[in-house]
Amino acid sequence: MNVDVLVAGAGPAGLAAAIELRKLGVADVVVVDREHQAGGIPRHCAHSGYGIRDLHRLMTGPAYAQHYRGAASAAGVTLRTGTTLTGWPATGCELATDAGAAPARQAGTITATLTSPAGVENVHAGAVLLATGCRERPRAARLVPGSRPAGVMTTGELQQRVYLHGQRLAGRAVIVGAEHVSFSAMLTLLHAGAEVTALVTDQPWHQSFAAFRLAARLRWRVPVWTGTAVAGIAGRDGVSAVLLRDDRDGSVRSVPCELVVFTGDWIPDHELARLAGAALDPGTRGPAVDTTLSTSVPGMFAAGNLIHAAETADVAALSGRHAAAHVAAYLAGQAAPAGQVALAGQAAPAGQAGGRCVPVPVMVAGPLRWISPNAISPVSPQPPGGRFVLRSAAFAGRARLQVRQDGRLLTSAHARLVPGRSIRLDGRWARHVDPAGGAVQVAVL
Amino acid sequence: MTAPGSPPEPVADVLIVGAGVVGTAIARTLARYDLDCVIADAGNDVGTGTTKANTAILHTGFDAVPGSLESRLVRRGAELLRDYAQQAGIPLERTGALLVAWSADQHAEFAGIEDKARHNGYLAIRYVPAAELYAREPHLAPGALGALEIPDESIICPWTTPLAYATEAVRAGVRLRLRTRVLGVTAADGWHEVSTNSGSMRCRWLVNAAGLESDRIDAMLGGGGFTIAPRRGELIVFDKLARPLVGAILLPVPTPQTKGVLVAPTVYGNVLLGPTAQDVFDRGDTATTGTGLSSLLAAGRKIMPDLVREEVTATYAGLRAATEHRDYQIRVDSSRRYACVGGIRSTGLTASLGIAEYVADQLAEAGLELRERDGRRPKPPVLPYIGQAGRRPYQDGARIAADPAYGDIVCHCERVSRGEIRDALASPLPPADLDGLRRRTRATNGRCQGFFCAARVASLMGAPGGARADRDARVLA
Ligand SMILES: Cc1cc2nc3c(=O)[nH]c(=O)nc-3n(C[C@H](O)[C@H](O)[C@H](O)COP(=O)(O)OP(=O)(O)OC[C@H]3O[C@@H](n4cnc5c(N)ncnc54)[C@H](O)[C@@H]3O)c2cc1C
Ligand SMILES: Cc1cc2nc3c(=O)[nH]c(=O)nc-3n(C[C@H](O)[C@H](O)[C@H](O)COP(=O)(O)OP(=O)(O)OC[C@H]3O[C@@H](n4cnc5c(N)ncnc54)[C@H](O)[C@@H]3O)c2cc1C
Repeated sequence: MNVDVLVAGAGPAGLAAAIELRKLGVADVVVVDREHQAGGIPRHCAHSGYGIRDLHRLMTGPAYAQHYRGAASAAGVTLRTGTTLTGWPATGCELATDAGAAPARQAGTITATLTSPAGVENVHAGAVLLATGCRERPRAARLVPGSRPAGVMTTGELQQRVYLHGQRLAGRAVIVGAEHVSFSAMLTLLHAGAEVTALVTDQPWHQSFAAFRLAARLRWRVPVWTGTAVAGIAGRDGVSAVLLRDDRDGSVRSVPCELVVFTGDWIPDHELARLAGAALDPGTRGPAVDTTLSTSVPGMFAAGNLIHAAETADVAALSGRHAAAHVAAYLAGQAAPAGQVALAGQAAPAGQAGGRCVPVPVMVAGPLRWISPNAISPVSPQPPGGRFVLRSAAFAGRARLQVRQDGRLLTSAHARLVPGRSIRLDGRWARHVDPAGGAVQVAVL
Repeated sequence: MTAPGSPPEPVADVLIVGAGVVGTAIARTLARYDLDCVIADAGNDVGTGTTKANTAILHTGFDAVPGSLESRLVRRGAELLRDYAQQAGIPLERTGALLVAWSADQHAEFAGIEDKARHNGYLAIRYVPAAELYAREPHLAPGALGALEIPDESIICPWTTPLAYATEAVRAGVRLRLRTRVLGVTAADGWHEVSTNSGSMRCRWLVNAAGLESDRIDAMLGGGGFTIAPRRGELIVFDKLARPLVGAILLPVPTPQTKGVLVAPTVYGNVLLGPTAQDVFDRGDTATTGTGLSSLLAAGRKIMPDLVREEVTATYAGLRAATEHRDYQIRVDSSRRYACVGGIRSTGLTASLGIAEYVADQLAEAGLELRERDGRRPKPPVLPYIGQAGRRPYQDGARIAADPAYGDIVCHCERVSRGEIRDALASPLPPADLDGLRRRTRATNGRCQGFFCAARVASLMGAPGGARADRDARVLA
């Protein structure tokens, strides 16, 4: 099968991108999703809080997912659910060797392998957009020691159990984490019939909104234990207790419970990107992308929580839309004679050596963990929604961010740093980046 | 009261206590003889003891104690299992091993190791200079001086191995009694009276393959020649994306205390780092520890820093049934009609079929009549293939065309289809719980540990409130 654009992942980012591609006149846009229903994570986030920046209204996750499904069909997007993109056949096998092996490019296309109940097939796409989202690090990846009983899960599993499969949960739960998603897990647990003993975080403060924290304490009487690390899990068949270490005095206590939910600590689902040989950004752990959301593999783009784990769905959707414009431009450029690769209305800037432009990397210094996108494209230096997103590893009430290139100050801005929470940085400075200069550095003063 | 000599209940010819890889191998070997054979295990599945949690290497025995029973049975077992695995669809890869020297002292031990290998009848061992070593293992940390190559060391699936043995045995008429813990054994006239948590059993011959409890069963039969001192080994499983970093099993030069920490690919396409070696008192204490895991990461950083930068998929620990002796504790006592097969500490997976063959011979010598059944010999079952090297159902267009359930991927990280889960649930030895399903299909074993699929898997298994297997696809479609 030949398509113009193959989108991997029908979450907010993938669907928003596909809709936009159709609006831009791209004929054949196919979105595949391995789940039986399109919509991504919002399908099982029953609470409100979706749609503000992209749709300018407030809705629940399932309603938001429903909206995007409907809009995609209306826009003439081909949606194929229950369909997994398993790899890139030209890399030899799905588990390719080291980065460097690139997917097949027959006459400017990328070949992908799909598996579904209809069979196994290879699709040749003019361009590919990866929008595979992210997941929470499970207990094992966090190296939490102890026995390995049932009853330990992530928010993703919890919400699917409760909202997609109607399972009830009983017993006492301890939630690991105290960021937005942790409070969301709390609501799900209470809804499913469990009791929530506490939210625990090794940070000195919770990382969500004061209102969530207050409601947890006053309305549901759920405390947040700060400065508290999970030192182990006990139990034979099911969980019997979680061991908590007080970081202030090192003391360890055992808190009896039947459920432990690990929340937050996101990691992009970067398998397809890596199998394709795309370079990873060491900070985000997603594929490295420039401001056009192009990866290091020509014709392969990435958007959504794959490149910034995790932002809200509206931010993911806006990044999908942004990617769509550049995917369309890429396809137009492929069709046009060489040397005319530029976005409509934009003059080809300097630094575009022989039609090929080299993005300028953007690096962060501690306590910042990452920035996304992580390179400036000289062709189009504007990030999605006009803003870069960043993450910090430490709290700071009023920090001063400075952006420099080769010592030259490009901008400075104030920001409140909260680990696990989004920091947004206006991206107008990116226009002033010297395409021939060194890496851009973002630091906290 | 029953009159002596005339038991009211049928007396089994043989009772095997323990359905680990050793007990099931013995059951499978005895199954072809005309015997009434029972195998009992305290767990809810076969292979829930040490068998499920080890390093999963099919050893050559190059480093065994020359002249020991272990050396002999590891060699024989590996030969038999290599063949059996191919017939039964047990994933096996001949990756070879490289025993790496990091210091001049270690390098100086190579001559002794090569010598020992020859004494163990293993001749293919060969020296690999540093340049060749790095050409083959480019991600190895700098500083290695050279290696010994053991080209026949292989990796194998420790879950389907006992499952295949048990399936073959059960098909041939062996009765498998799970959730049956042996509590005591008393001698009667011509049989053993065996009490369990679910009633009593009688058998003429008793085979003790109780792993970590083998000394206790032995004591019930008047033994007492050994005591199990469990030695825990913790391991870290790295993400599949780390698999291309490692070619062969990377062994350290052993010290008199321990074989040391190794890096090995798994047949599921991951990379293992471990094991630790720590004496523990509790025979059920398979918990991992903070110190154990951090010591592994420290060791891993020295062997292959790139590996330790990858994501961790799982951590686990197993207990070696170590004893005060250096060899297996295998004895057959004809007067008590009893075979002790204990202290199978760190090579039992490899040696299992060799042990079974040896035990059957010893039993015959001790007076158990082994007459081949009329008709055909039992054949190995063909288990669904769960390895990574071969072709999996989700890759097999023809198979999906014939049955679309194999194209419906449920567990995305491990790419396990609804068809495979359905097959496991309908198999002759179905899983009793999620862990059992994991060992049969790999479902939920991957990097997300159930973030994406555990809820659906639970529904397919029939969790309360969830949809049943057959309904599930429709509910979600
Ligand atoms: C508990 C919780 C609460 C949240 N609450 C809010 C909120 O109140 N408001 C808000 O705005 N956001 C919220 N979010 C975040 C929001 O859900 C995400 O930002 C959004 O889903 C990200 O969209 P995405 O398209 O990048 O990824 P996803 O939604 O994760 O979609 C990725 C899709 O890719 C598919 N996929 C992956 N790999 C493959 C493959 N190989 N082949 C085919 N398909 C594949 C997946 O099945 C999935 O459907 C919440 C998230 C969680 C977990
Ligand atoms: C960390 C580690 C790494 C290892 N690596 C390797 C390797 O790479 N290659 C290799 O070949 N070997 C390896 N081994 C060794 C191998 O795993 C063991 O030798 C093998 O699994 C022993 O099998 P078993 O059947 O004797 O014991 P087990 O698997 O422990 O089986 C004993 C069974 O007996 C049952 N049982 C106990 N008491 C009773 C009772 N009273 N009533 C009923 N049932 C009872 C238990 O439930 C259990 O299922 C390793 C071991 C460890 C711990």
